[in-house]
Amino acid sequence: MATFKDFRNSIKPNWCPGCGDFSVQAAIQRAAANVGLEPDDLAVVSGIGCSGRISGYIKSYGFHGIHGRSLPIAQGVKMANRDLTVIASGGDGDGFAIGMGHTVHAIRRNIDITYIVMDNQIYGLTKGQTSPRSDVGFKTKSTPEGSVESAIGIMELALTAGATFVAQSFSTDLKELTSIIEAGINHKGFSLINVFSPCVTYNKVNTYDWFKEHLISLSTIENYDSSNRMMAMQTLMENKGLVKGIIYQDKVKPSYQDLAHGYSKEALAKVDMNISEEKFNQLMAEFM
Amino acid sequence: MIDQLSWKVGGQQGEGIDSTGEIFAMALNRLGYYLYSYRHFSSRIKGGHTNNKIRVSTSETRSISDDLDILIAFDQETIDVNVHELRDGGVVIGDSKFNPTVPEDLNVRLYAVPFTEIASELGTSLMKNMVAIGATSAVLGLPVESYLEVVEEIFSRKGAKVVEKNMEAIQKGADHFNELSGGQIDGFQLNKADGKKRMFMIGNDAIALGFVAGGVRFMAAYPITPASEIMEYLIKKLPEFGGTVIQTEDEIAACTMAIGANYAGVRTITSSAGPGLSLMMEALGLSGMTEVPLVVVDTQRGGPSTGLPTKQEQSDLMAMIYGTHGEIPKVVMAPSTVEEAFYDAVEALNIAEEYQCPVILLTDLQLSLGKQSVEPLDFSRVEIRRGKLDPNQVLPETDDKDGYFKRYEVTEDGISPRVIPGMKNGIHHVTGVEHDETGKPSEVAANRQKQMDKRLRKLQNLKFNVPVVKQAPHNEADILLVGFNSTRGVIEEAIPRLEAEGLKVNHAHIRLIHPFPSDEIRPLIESAKNVIVVENNATGQLASILKMNVGQHEKIKNLLKYDGNPFLPSEVVMKCKELV
Repeated sequence: MATFKDFRNSIKPNWCPGCGDFSVQAAIQRAAANVGLEPDDLAVVSGIGCSGRISGYIKSYGFHGIHGRSLPIAQGVKMANRDLTVIASGGDGDGFAIGMGHTVHAIRRNIDITYIVMDNQIYGLTKGQTSPRSDVGFKTKSTPEGSVESAIGIMELALTAGATFVAQSFSTDLKELTSIIEAGINHKGFSLINVFSPCVTYNKVNTYDWFKEHLISLSTIENYDSSNRMMAMQTLMENKGLVKGIIYQDKVKPSYQDLAHGYSKEALAKVDMNISEEKFNQLMAEFM
Repeated sequence: MIDQLSWKVGGQQGEGIDSTGEIFAMALNRLGYYLYSYRHFSSRIKGGHTNNKIRVSTSETRSISDDLDILIAFDQETIDVNVHELRDGGVVIGDSKFNPTVPEDLNVRLYAVPFTEIASELGTSLMKNMVAIGATSAVLGLPVESYLEVVEEIFSRKGAKVVEKNMEAIQKGADHFNELSGGQIDGFQLNKADGKKRMFMIGNDAIALGFVAGGVRFMAAYPITPASEIMEYLIKKLPEFGGTVIQTEDEIAACTMAIGANYAGVRTITSSAGPGLSLMMEALGLSGMTEVPLVVVDTQRGGPSTGLPTKQEQSDLMAMIYGTHGEIPKVVMAPSTVEEAFYDAVEALNIAEEYQCPVILLTDLQLSLGKQSVEPLDFSRVEIRRGKLDPNQVLPETDDKDGYFKRYEVTEDGISPRVIPGMKNGIHHVTGVEHDETGKPSEVAANRQKQMDKRLRKLQNLKFNVPVVKQAPHNEADILLVGFNSTRGVIEEAIPRLEAEGLKVNHAHIRLIHPFPSDEIRPLIESAKNVIVVENNATGQLASILKMNVGQHEKIKNLLKYDGNPFLPSEVVMKCKELV
């Protein structure tokens, strides 16, 4: 059986020292081993940006796509081969700006993949511009007088879009993050895991210390029930979205694959591609 | 007795105009006539003039005709818009409900038949279409029973009573016409057809059928005119084979989802028209760079921007050849008939997998939506070739230090071995960033050059069946007519007329647009006095491509039409005569 070391390769990430993404990478590797995957059972699909490089840093099948499109690519991979475990990943700009359309629809479509967002509330690779997760007043190169646009409450948005698994974590909590990713992989449907992954170079506001001070663990909230969507929403709104843990999970709703009419139980990539002449003649006759 | 005639039905959109034409055409197709129908419609659901022009012939035809023999009108607008198309002595049958009139200076025969009134008397005005079909049969001298089979198929699930009523409506329409005309009128009786069974289908049907036969099991697409029928057919059929279709949130998702699924080993396609293709451009580059096979259908319509969404045009040519930033290998194929559209759909899938690159299957609205009689297709010509991919192969361990597979190995033909996720010892990385042989990002100059050369070398030896359809009986021609996609029919019809005027005319129809088959067409250009390029666009895109690849600028002339309507044979004849 594979251990987390089997999901490592020799490539040195090009992230800045201290970047939150290192822990996310480690958590994915640990979670993959913990749920019993082999490297060739896993496909990691990523977008563009610092965090988008992650598909190259995990030893598994990896697909580094184009900006904002990790989700449609990942959904395509899963539809083609439902035996694979598919993880999509990227940054908050990738997922919640250029790729937001896909994020909302992937949530409501509920294909069984896990989407891990490394949320640093800034554009790092392009050297410090505002992101849809930046708070009002946040000063960046593109908002020198402070951002005037509201930050997207992505967890709340996911709940209203019909999400079946919504979680949030913090990159320094390796143990909790690993267990949340495991739960996401095991969840039968689309799982959204937003991970606060501080940018040590460009975000001087939302730092490690800032999150330690502001993030509230759901485990400290008495009688928190992650199957209760109303409670999830209320808790998020009361805490300005700054909570961590599994916020909401619907364990009942079947995934897209289980609902799609006629969709093969066997991985499509393994299904015979040929049709019989008899079937072909039948198809032709329908036009006669 | 005549060998061909043209019939048109018109009215307000949403009034059953389509089904009137459909029932008429299906019945005649079953009798063994060759049908060709072209719909004039607007981008709205209800209201607005629509018409369906159907050509009936005892021999194969792939073009709309210059004139019209019979016009069925459900409103006066239909007469006003279309009456000038009627031949001398042509027939107009209008619903007496609107007191139809025709211009006095035209020699056409007008009959007012109470379509709506007869239908209402039988129970519902919806059956006015059937009354009109009945009147048509009377003009053609066709027995009313010719429609029984089709009417039964369409209405039997609503009960025998409904079938009976509809047949009665047809009978009453015929009877009423015969009463008005006082018996058979001359010049509208078709010679007997051969009675052979043929399909009656649109180009999009043929493409979709080709995809099913060619192993497509997943599709990701966004609805758009005139491409949606491909998606709709696969939505109906793929579940029978375990496959499925996802209607995505946009064309970017459609194209990238298709890339993801192709990467994972399932033949997956998407189809769209110009606006959707514009959105897919970045993804096409991803397919080219990552060498993931991809087939995209572009059903051209009037552009630019939203343009003329329901009208004929061939103006995406340059965008399809050059579209996406940077340089990638790409194949653009352009079938010219419905039959070719079927075989090309299968072949596009094979080429995409063999050469591991994007393939654009280009059609135009007339080819995609023109409904016509099609000879049965040859199943023995359907084959699935996956190139350097064998999903059942047992791979040895690699010597790479990370155990990565050389998915982008530099090979002599530029095509690398391909593996799919899930295969043991096949792990590699895929990225739109320039990469080394295992797919790891690399900016090393020497590697960059090697990988670019490798990718661009792949199509140097592209094997393509009949890149140019040549009908070239003359060693030295006065005119070489060149076209692509649906203009083949109109060119073929124009040629005998030009030859009758003493001109020697050759014809080359380009089926492989890119890489351009210069060597195939050069001798024909060199041996012609004039090269006239017939295309539905305003800037002469195919002519430019010819000049770029073959030269001979002084000979190459444009014959263009970009008003949204397909060429008529007479227009091609007239303009050719002007140009030489």
